[in-house]
Amino acid sequence: MSQQAVNGVPCRGKVLTVDNMNPNVKRVEYAVRGPIVQRAVQIEKELREGVKKPFTEVIKANIGDAHAMGQKPITFLRQVLALCSYPELMEDNKFPEDAKKRAQRILGACGGHSIGAYSASQGIECIRQDVARYIEKRDGGIPSNPDNIYLSTGASDAIVTMLKLLVCGEGRDRTGVMISIPQYPLYSAALADLGAVQISYYLDEEKCWSLDVAELRRALNAARQHCNPRVLCIINPGNPTGQVQSRQCIEDVIRFAKEEHLFLMADEVYQDNVYAEGCKFHSFKKVLFEMGPEYSSTVEMASFHSTSKCYMGECGFRGGYMEVINMDPEVKTQLTKLVSVRLCPPVPGQALLDLVVNPPQPDEPSYATFMKERTAVLSALAEKARLTEQIFNAVPGITCNPVQGAMYTFPRITLPQKAIDKAKEEGKVPDMYYCMRLLEEEGICLVPGSGFGQREGTFHFRLVWLPASLLPPVHIQTSKSFNLMRFYVTTLYCLNPDD
Amino acid sequence: SNVLSQYSSSSIFNEKQMFDGLIREAKMSVLQEISQNVRNIKQLEYAALARRATQIQKELSQGVRKPYKELTDVCWGDPHSLGVKPLTFVRQVLAACVYPELMSSHKLPLDVRQRAQWLLGKCEGGSIGSYPASAGIPEIIQRMSKSIARRDGGVPCNPENVFISPGSQWSLTVTSLLLTSCVYAPLRTGILIPVPCHVTTITSITSLGAAVVPYFLSEEHGWALQVEELQRALESAKGGCNPIALYVINPGNPAGYVQSRKSIQEVIRFASEKRLVLLADEVYQDCVYGKNSEFVSYKKVLAEMGPPFSDTVELASFHSVSKGFMGECGLRGGYVELVNLDPNVVNYISNLNYDTTSVLAQFALDLMMNPPRPGDPSYPLYNQVRNAVNNMLVQNVKMAHEVVNSLPGLSCQPVEGGAFVFPRVFLPPRAIQKAKEEGMQPDTFYCMRLLEETGVLITPGCEYRQKEGTYHIRFCIMASQDTINKALKHLATFHTKFMKDFS
Repeated sequence: MSQQAVNGVPCRGKVLTVDNMNPNVKRVEYAVRGPIVQRAVQIEKELREGVKKPFTEVIKANIGDAHAMGQKPITFLRQVLALCSYPELMEDNKFPEDAKKRAQRILGACGGHSIGAYSASQGIECIRQDVARYIEKRDGGIPSNPDNIYLSTGASDAIVTMLKLLVCGEGRDRTGVMISIPQYPLYSAALADLGAVQISYYLDEEKCWSLDVAELRRALNAARQHCNPRVLCIINPGNPTGQVQSRQCIEDVIRFAKEEHLFLMADEVYQDNVYAEGCKFHSFKKVLFEMGPEYSSTVEMASFHSTSKCYMGECGFRGGYMEVINMDPEVKTQLTKLVSVRLCPPVPGQALLDLVVNPPQPDEPSYATFMKERTAVLSALAEKARLTEQIFNAVPGITCNPVQGAMYTFPRITLPQKAIDKAKEEGKVPDMYYCMRLLEEEGICLVPGSGFGQREGTFHFRLVWLPASLLPPVHIQTSKSFNLMRFYVTTLYCLNPDD
Repeated sequence: SNVLSQYSSSSIFNEKQMFDGLIREAKMSVLQEISQNVRNIKQLEYAALARRATQIQKELSQGVRKPYKELTDVCWGDPHSLGVKPLTFVRQVLAACVYPELMSSHKLPLDVRQRAQWLLGKCEGGSIGSYPASAGIPEIIQRMSKSIARRDGGVPCNPENVFISPGSQWSLTVTSLLLTSCVYAPLRTGILIPVPCHVTTITSITSLGAAVVPYFLSEEHGWALQVEELQRALESAKGGCNPIALYVINPGNPAGYVQSRKSIQEVIRFASEKRLVLLADEVYQDCVYGKNSEFVSYKKVLAEMGPPFSDTVELASFHSVSKGFMGECGLRGGYVELVNLDPNVVNYISNLNYDTTSVLAQFALDLMMNPPRPGDPSYPLYNQVRNAVNNMLVQNVKMAHEVVNSLPGLSCQPVEGGAFVFPRVFLPPRAIQKAKEEGMQPDTFYCMRLLEETGVLITPGCEYRQKEGTYHIRFCIMASQDTINKALKHLATFHTKFMKDFS
């Protein structure tokens, strides 16, 4: 940096520069909010300013944000939370009795009866008890101890906390963490941030993105050369692929984790989002315990859930929890200590979680409406899943695995060589180039497969099939959406005009 | 209280035993396989006090006779827990945002409905359930920037340098993370911190593997920050770590000082000369009681100093909705403003957010920085409550001073701002001896005794670090007058007896 004196004081360079800042932070990328989204936001701004484009709105199909895409909040949840925010509303008889009762119970557990007071770092005790009961019910009676439940700021927070706890060692002993390819980029970002070693295992695209233990073993053995593999992350139902693992597969993974001394992290935030015939959500914990004491008393696990997905879609509340199983008591003490550094998770999110695990019962006034709304949301999602698969598989150059669950599809596109070359010219990864063009020319924002990881030489994109404008339910042949899908074909041919 | 309960559960449930009584195999992950940074996080002195407090609560509920009927917990800066009410305007707006059907009713004042409508319009799909942008909802940040500029008498605030977060502690952690380039001595990143300093700051820094370099505030001079002491601290770091930042908190915690403009200028000059990034924790900026005290932000003073300082000194300032009149600790909302940082470095912050700040917290920030104004329907009540709370806090501080300074063996520097009183306790040698016998820090011993005999829960000075051979206690005055009266009355009775018993 050149130094020039101004008023006798030399001008120097910055104290904190890109060269002396934290090197791990520079490696963090989070594709879901990355450059393509930034460009989408910019385009939206230009549209608002009146710039003319071939489209009037940007369809943001990049993030699993149900409410942003028109899904309505569940009435009961919002009523209770409003009562918690402004308890004077308890006088208002427009609110049903069961909503008031729930609110009173939650407020009774808050300091000064206010959601503005700090809670215990692990989360409000009676809410953890409710979560434990919910898990027991879900898993057919297998006991859940509230002490093993940690409420968190969304599932992401809990996942990062566990990784912070488990990542240690230096050089060849540095902790290795196994994560699928493709994966939800929170994992790769957190691993980069923590300086952990990412061990990628490929999901099998030919077999509907299923997990194969032989592939786990291959990845693990290769990794043992340069790190200390300790953690195995699974996302089920999957993100970005939407696959729902079979029970057999889950058992195989548990067996593998035990053999190889791995800590299992089961990301199950989409557990209520299962649509395909013959598919069923099996919780890792349930399968673990049904495998008998040899496994259920030794395999260490953390499973994660949140209020952001399923039928609630309340991403903005940041509610979630994790349940830890078979953790060494001394290690658990460290975990409890670690979460206390963050003070506590947002209390409204904790309250919301309480309602999710403790919904209206058949004998309560809000039950009928609640069930009606919940069913409507889940069946709309199921219908969209079905349509998505149908539409994509009708387009040449795009193949799409059955959409079994979650909110996404991860179709494979065959890009012509010319397109790949053009991308290289522009210094872009081919699927990023494709997605950027789709954004600029049609106003659709997707995330390229390179953001999630894919096999070398293959290209994908992740589409969130929530937006109503993307998939109207009728008249597929003439719909705007079908024309949009046709675009993909057109683009491919434009890039390769000789065909 | 909720916070107490987390320290009391010590039993680890053995699911295995529940099933069939077989002996559990050795656990898979042992302590040695856990991050060293996490293991290094110091367990709080408070933990022991909290455990005992929970036991006492149980005993009280079982009808065990004690000289008191209930616990008085004045440990934490948690106003709502201590009887301070949430602001009506804030809660009305939040409720309307959560359940927009409320907006059709005329029971809510017009300005509440208008604000809720404006805020909801900034959410995708008009719902607080949608994901907000990583750095924060842009329009809210825009408005916040204008408020910050207004606070600082017109010093411009660039919205691109403002990042919303789930609280100031989170902002500090992320900023420290950005600075921490090395965790191995002697090149390990170091950050200067005051003594005394509140625990979450120290933990935020050390849990990243960075080092803290303590500089002592001068108790005799009202906890003043002295540049010579900063110099000494910096020198002491040589060979141990690589100091890159200087953390200051104004108004203070636990010590209740409010820095003068002159003091702030000295700190800025020092940071400039020694090439340190300034981390200015200003969460108590709305809590100033001293008649001759005034909060002025580091950013404002920096701007007033003109070039070269105003163009070059790198500053991060932190604020949150947890303190002040809002007291909304449970919502988890705050922000950091970065001044003069390299834009290339600033770009990396958005990647570190991992979708963390709830929409409600962001709305609370807007409400804090843009309260009702004269002429708005909610203004009269808002203003009245604000004044009432302010008067109450001034009274609390006055009472605390009077009581503490009237007791031999206790003395307190003027509390000009912040949420706490941090008196010095002159413990008799016999008390110190007894504490050692019981394996406790002397001031922890004092607090434990206070708890047993009066049910009042406060925290010991050793929690915050203090000059060797001195002892302090900390308690919160951001509470209802009744709570403070009770706590002070008990403290006075206890202290007199304690000093007599150990004389």
